Amino acid sequence: MSAPPTYSLESTDNGNFLLNLGPQHPGTHGVLRVVLQMDGEYILAADPVLGYGHRMQEKIAENMTYLQALPYVCRMDYLGAMSYSLAWVCAVEKLCSFEVPERAVHVRVMACELNRIASHLLWWGAYLLDLGAFTPFLQAFADREQILDLLEYITGSRLTYCYFRFGGLAADVDDVFLRRVEDFVTGFRQRLPRYHDLVTGNVIFHHRSKDVGVILPFEAAGYGVTGPCLRGSGFAYDVRKCEPYSGYDRFEFAVPAEQEGDCLARYNVRMAEMEQSLAIIEQAVATIPDGPYRARVPRVIRPPAGEVAMAVETPRGELVIFMVSDGSTRPCRVKFRVPSFANLSIFARLARGQLLADALAILGSLDMVIPEVDR
Amino acid sequence: MSISPVTIVCYLLGISAVVGLNAVILVWLERKVAGHMHFRYGPMEVGPHGLLQTLADGIKLLGKQFLVPDAADRPLFLLAPVVSLVPIFVAMVPLPLGETLQAWELNIGLLLVVALGLLNTLGILLAGWGSNNKYALLGGSRAVAQILAYKIPLLLCILTIIMMAGSYSLRQIALAQKDGWYILYQPLLFIIYIVTITLETNRSPFDFSEAESELVAGFHIEYSAMGFSLFFLAEYSYMFIAAALASILFLGGWQGPFLPGPVWSLLKLYGIIFLLMWFRWTFPRLRIDQMLHLGWKILLPLALVNFLVTAGVLAL
Repeated sequence: MSAPPTYSLESTDNGNFLLNLGPQHPGTHGVLRVVLQMDGEYILAADPVLGYGHRMQEKIAENMTYLQALPYVCRMDYLGAMSYSLAWVCAVEKLCSFEVPERAVHVRVMACELNRIASHLLWWGAYLLDLGAFTPFLQAFADREQILDLLEYITGSRLTYCYFRFGGLAADVDDVFLRRVEDFVTGFRQRLPRYHDLVTGNVIFHHRSKDVGVILPFEAAGYGVTGPCLRGSGFAYDVRKCEPYSGYDRFEFAVPAEQEGDCLARYNVRMAEMEQSLAIIEQAVATIPDGPYRARVPRVIRPPAGEVAMAVETPRGELVIFMVSDGSTRPCRVKFRVPSFANLSIFARLARGQLLADALAILGSLDMVIPEVDR
Repeated sequence: MSISPVTIVCYLLGISAVVGLNAVILVWLERKVAGHMHFRYGPMEVGPHGLLQTLADGIKLLGKQFLVPDAADRPLFLLAPVVSLVPIFVAMVPLPLGETLQAWELNIGLLLVVALGLLNTLGILLAGWGSNNKYALLGGSRAVAQILAYKIPLLLCILTIIMMAGSYSLRQIALAQKDGWYILYQPLLFIIYIVTITLETNRSPFDFSEAESELVAGFHIEYSAMGFSLFFLAEYSYMFIAAALASILFLGGWQGPFLPGPVWSLLKLYGIIFLLMWFRWTFPRLRIDQMLHLGWKILLPLALVNFLVTAGVLAL
C-alpha cells in the first residue's frame, strides 16, 4: 500500500490549480471530498478522498450478535435502509435455513419497493438541485413524505428502519396500511406524469444531461458499476430478476434499461423503475395472504459454521453481504460490498476533461450516499 | 440646466426609498412565489403573510459581523458591493414611471441606463477577484464571459427600438407607443430582450456567477452581513431597472386605460419580474458554454436579422 497522496492547494506552475470540492459542498450531498485539478473551468483530474464518515460498520457488526447488528446496517444507506435490512436478515436466514411465511415476504417486498421509490424521488429532486432547479426537490419531497408516513406507520421510524426480523417481521401490518398503500399507488401514478412535464421534456435539462458522463458498457462492467447506472449503460442486470431473493420471482416486473449510458439514460432508468416498483407494490397488496407474519425461530441465533453471500438490489445497485459464521452468536467476519463505493470509483474517469458543472451533474447522476461509501 | 441642492437631495431620498422598498417587496415576493410553486406558503410568521419578513432579515443582517478574509484584497473586497450598488441610484434617474413621475428627463436616458447596467458585472468581477477564493474567482470570470455574450444582443434590441421611436429618451420612446405597444410589432425582439435581461440580472437559468450547486455561492461566497445584503439589494434593484426598461421599451410604459400611469407602470414592471421569478423556480441552469452558444450563435444573429428587417421595413 502506498502512502495517501498529499495535496498542496497552491497554484501549480503551469497555471493549473487545485480546487477542493467538499467535504462541505452543496453539490456532493454529504461528506465527500474531491480534489480537482482544474484548468479554468475544465477538470484535468479528479481524485475522490473518502473516509470522512468511516464508522467501521463491518467491525461493529462482527462484535455484536446477529440481531444487535441489524439496526446498524441500515445506517449505511439511510435512503435505502429497507434493502440493507432485508440483505442482513436474508443472509442470516440463508445461513440458518429459516423459512419465511408468505405474508412476511409480501410485506418485505412492499416495504422495500416503497423505500426504493422514496429513494429515487429524493435522487430526482437532488439531481435537479445539482442542475440548478430548486422546485423539483420540494415537489418530490411532497410525495416522498407520503411514503415516509406509510413506512412510519408500520415501522415506527422514518429513515433507518429496523422492521424485519429473522424469519419474518417485527409486527404485522393491518388493513389500514394496505388500503393506504393502494391509495398511494393510485395517487402517485397520477402524479408521475407531472414529474415528466416539469423536467423530462425540458430543453435545458436535455442539454445538461444528454451525452454527459457517458459510461461505456465495458467500463461499467470493469468498474463494477451496478444498479441504475449499469442499466443505463445497456445491461438489464437487476439482482431482483437475475438471482431472485425474498420472493421477487413471484411478481411480474420489467427491468428498464437504456443504451446510451449518459446522465439522461440513468435518469430515464430511475423514472421507469419507479413505475415498475409501483407495479410490484400493487401485486403484493393484491396477493398478500393471511397467516403468520413471523416463523418460529430460536430466540438466540446461532447459525451453523459456514459462509454465505447474499446479494440484494438496493436503490443504488447491488449490495452483497458476505458473512462467515463460526457457529457462535456473533458473525466471525462480515464484508459489505456496497454499490455507491463501486459507482463512485468511475467518477474520476468520467470527470476528466469535463466542465465543473458537468462533473457535478455526473456526480449527481451516480446517486451517491456517502456514509455508504465510507461505511 | 441648473438644479438646486435641495432638489438633488429630494431625488436621492426618493430613489433610495424606491430601491429599499423594491428590495423589501421583491425578496418577499420571490419567497412567496417560490413557496407557492413548491406547495408551501413561504414566509407567514412576521407580519400579515410574512410581509415584514424581509425587514426582519435586513435588521438581522445589519447586526451581523462583516468579515473580511485575511487573504482577501481588502480595498477591492470592500469596494465591490459599492460598485454594484451605486450605479443603480444613477440609473433610476431617467426612468419615467408615470406621465409626470420622472427624476430627470434626459435625452440620452436609455444609453445611460444601459451603460450603468454594465457596472454590475464590474462589481461581481471585483468581488470575485478581491475575495481571493477560487469559487469566487470562477464566479467572477463567468460573469465576464457572460456579459460579452448578452450585451451585444441586448444592445441590438435597444437599437431596434430606438430606430422605431426615433429617440434615445425613455419618455419619448414610451410616448411613441401611444397607438400600439412595440411588443405587438416586435414579439421576437421582446423574447430576445427577456432572455438577455435574465442574463443581465444573473438569474436562473443563467445564474452562473453564483451557481449554488457548483460554486457554492460564487462571487459573494466570502461576503457576510452588509456586504452580502448590498449585493442582494443590487440584484433586486437591477431586476427593477431591467423590468422597468422592458415595460417602457415594449409595453408602452405608464400608458394604459382607466388606471393612473404609475399604477400601470408598476403592474407591467412587476409582471415582468414575476416572469423572471417564474423562470428561476422552473428551469434548471444551463451550462456556461451552452449559454455562450445561446448568446453568440442564437440571440445575436436573431437580433441582428430582426434589426436589419426592421430597418428595411422602416425605410420603405
